[in-house]
Amino acid sequence: MRTVARRVGLLLLVLGLPAVALADNADGASPQRNWAAILMFAAFVLLTLGITRWAARRTRTTSDFYAAGGGITGFQNGLAIAGDYMSAASFLGISAQIFADGYDGLIYSTGFLVGWPIILFLLAERMRNLGRYTFADVASFRFAQAPVRLFAAFSTLAVVLFYLIAQMVGAGQLITLLFGLPYAYAVVTVGVLMTLYVLFGGMIATTWVQIIKAVLLLGCATVMAVAVLASTGFSPDALFAKAVEAKTRIAAAGGASVDDAAAAGRSIMGPGNFIRDPVSAISFGMALMFGTAGLPHILMRFFTVPDAEQARKSVLWATGWIGYFYILTFIIGFGAIVMVATNPEFLDGSGGLIGGSNMAAIHLADAIGGSLFLGFVSAVAFATILAVVAGLTLSGAAAISHDVYASVIRHGQATSEEELRVSRRTVLVLAVVAILLGILFQHQNVAFMVSLAFALAASGNFPVLLLSILWPGCTTRGVVAGGTVGVVVALVLTILSPTIWVSVLGNADPIFPYSSPTIFSMPLAFFTLWLVSILDRSGRAAVDRAGYLEQRVRCETGIGAARASAH
Amino acid sequence: MTQGQGDAAAASKRLREVSEDPRYRELVRRRSRFTWLLTAAILIVFFGYILLIAFDRAFLARPLAPGSATTLGIPIGIGVIVAGIVLTGLYVWRADKVFDPIIRSIRADFDA
Repeated sequence: MRTVARRVGLLLLVLGLPAVALADNADGASPQRNWAAILMFAAFVLLTLGITRWAARRTRTTSDFYAAGGGITGFQNGLAIAGDYMSAASFLGISAQIFADGYDGLIYSTGFLVGWPIILFLLAERMRNLGRYTFADVASFRFAQAPVRLFAAFSTLAVVLFYLIAQMVGAGQLITLLFGLPYAYAVVTVGVLMTLYVLFGGMIATTWVQIIKAVLLLGCATVMAVAVLASTGFSPDALFAKAVEAKTRIAAAGGASVDDAAAAGRSIMGPGNFIRDPVSAISFGMALMFGTAGLPHILMRFFTVPDAEQARKSVLWATGWIGYFYILTFIIGFGAIVMVATNPEFLDGSGGLIGGSNMAAIHLADAIGGSLFLGFVSAVAFATILAVVAGLTLSGAAAISHDVYASVIRHGQATSEEELRVSRRTVLVLAVVAILLGILFQHQNVAFMVSLAFALAASGNFPVLLLSILWPGCTTRGVVAGGTVGVVVALVLTILSPTIWVSVLGNADPIFPYSSPTIFSMPLAFFTLWLVSILDRSGRAAVDRAGYLEQRVRCETGIGAARASAH
Repeated sequence: MTQGQGDAAAASKRLREVSEDPRYRELVRRRSRFTWLLTAAILIVFFGYILLIAFDRAFLARPLAPGSATTLGIPIGIGVIVAGIVLTGLYVWRADKVFDPIIRSIRADFDA
């Protein structure tokens, strides 16, 4: 244990020093340092590093490292899932969207929630009964191991990398604003902390970081929503009326005629221009709903509970917490319209929000509880990013060490120590890559990367998982072909879409006119998987189909499922 | 995963026996029907909402009552979130009450 502690200290020193140097070299344009926020964040870091130390002592085998030994309860896992899923993007991003356009933010929230019932009805218990550490365990259960696991590792890394870049860049920008620290310092800090959690504490530390973050975030959001509602005598209708009035006044002050200003005010109470056409609307809905059910770091959480019953309970808890949280963000967004948008203290010269539109919830915290509460909410927002990137890194590392190294290269013959060594090295590589890409993409628009990650998961992982579990006729070739087609088509269509082809690459017109590829890429993946499977006459295909009966029995009853390891 | 071949053959034989047990057949039949029903319900609720946004925005922007700022879209949108939680709860409730006892009875006989 002492060596672990010393290594932690050393790592902090080695990785921390260049960050400090960078910080001193950065230009002086950064805003004022918020010491309350920095101190509260430091307290969070100390607590979580203490937990990591405790977890490191309990992390001996691959089962501990990937799945916390299967010893997490349904309630704990539900909170951890919520902590893994409620990113800073959903807290700051959705409240910012409501702050700007009102109702549209609610559409996002519903989409982020409705994937959970799908996970519960179709996947959660079956995954727990079939797999041990990664979703590829389930997807490759009755198929040839190498091709299916290689596909799963490729799609996992694609999803994880895009998600990770978005989180890193978001973290850098956010922390620059919140803490007054330079961008590179923030990205390196996030990278170093997530490495420490995952490297030493594995899934046990990651789980507890996520649980603590979930409790802090839910607590914070509850206080803010109650304060907002209290300001209008706990009448939501009065809150909405005041928000409409505020938006009307802002539009009128901007030079709009009386009628136009009134229309602008009313527009926040209904769907706006967020979704432009029916095809994009449905496609976007599909990406959110089925993408959630294909996110590798989320699916991995189902292996941390002892059995299918606890897996089921964890989804119910998670869905409850996440739904509650989204209802809170709705109130917070409208509260920001009333309390922040009309307060010159929070606005810059041109009427925009100081620090950009994502700061709506942060300024609201200031308006509600002054600089101390502002510091607390800022620290929670930082903690939120850490919990998400730790989960992502762990699932990326498991894809390499469990699926590629242990299963494909070593044919399941690697020892626990060997597999752990590869896993920890992968964590280091992923962290360095994430830090470098985070710095590289500093000035790029990365908002599309999260929706791209959802589109990839909906078009690759979800069809593969669903049909490998439910369709007897599914074969190895079908799975690999269908999944690959889904991922590649989703990626190519996204590049050709307005978000990248026009906004990022600067072309005049998009080749693919819709904002989300999923309505095409996901059905195409299902179709390819089906077609290749029914045409598959190989010897392997016969084995694949014959394996269905036993897989189904295990799926439904849990007979033969991996048990929690004894401690 | 490192079972001997004899163990694997025994496990395989046992799983095939379970698949012919009438309790197992009933479990699969009842659970499949229930999960597809719930899946259809959440798909209809969510994509119904999305289609409403795509084709009839004005409907969602209509006031809940004359003179109120709250629009129909608010309870409908929040309703989608609540429906997701309620359907999830419904599944867990029924699984605890109906499916788990059947599974326990099968496992008592086959999974020593």
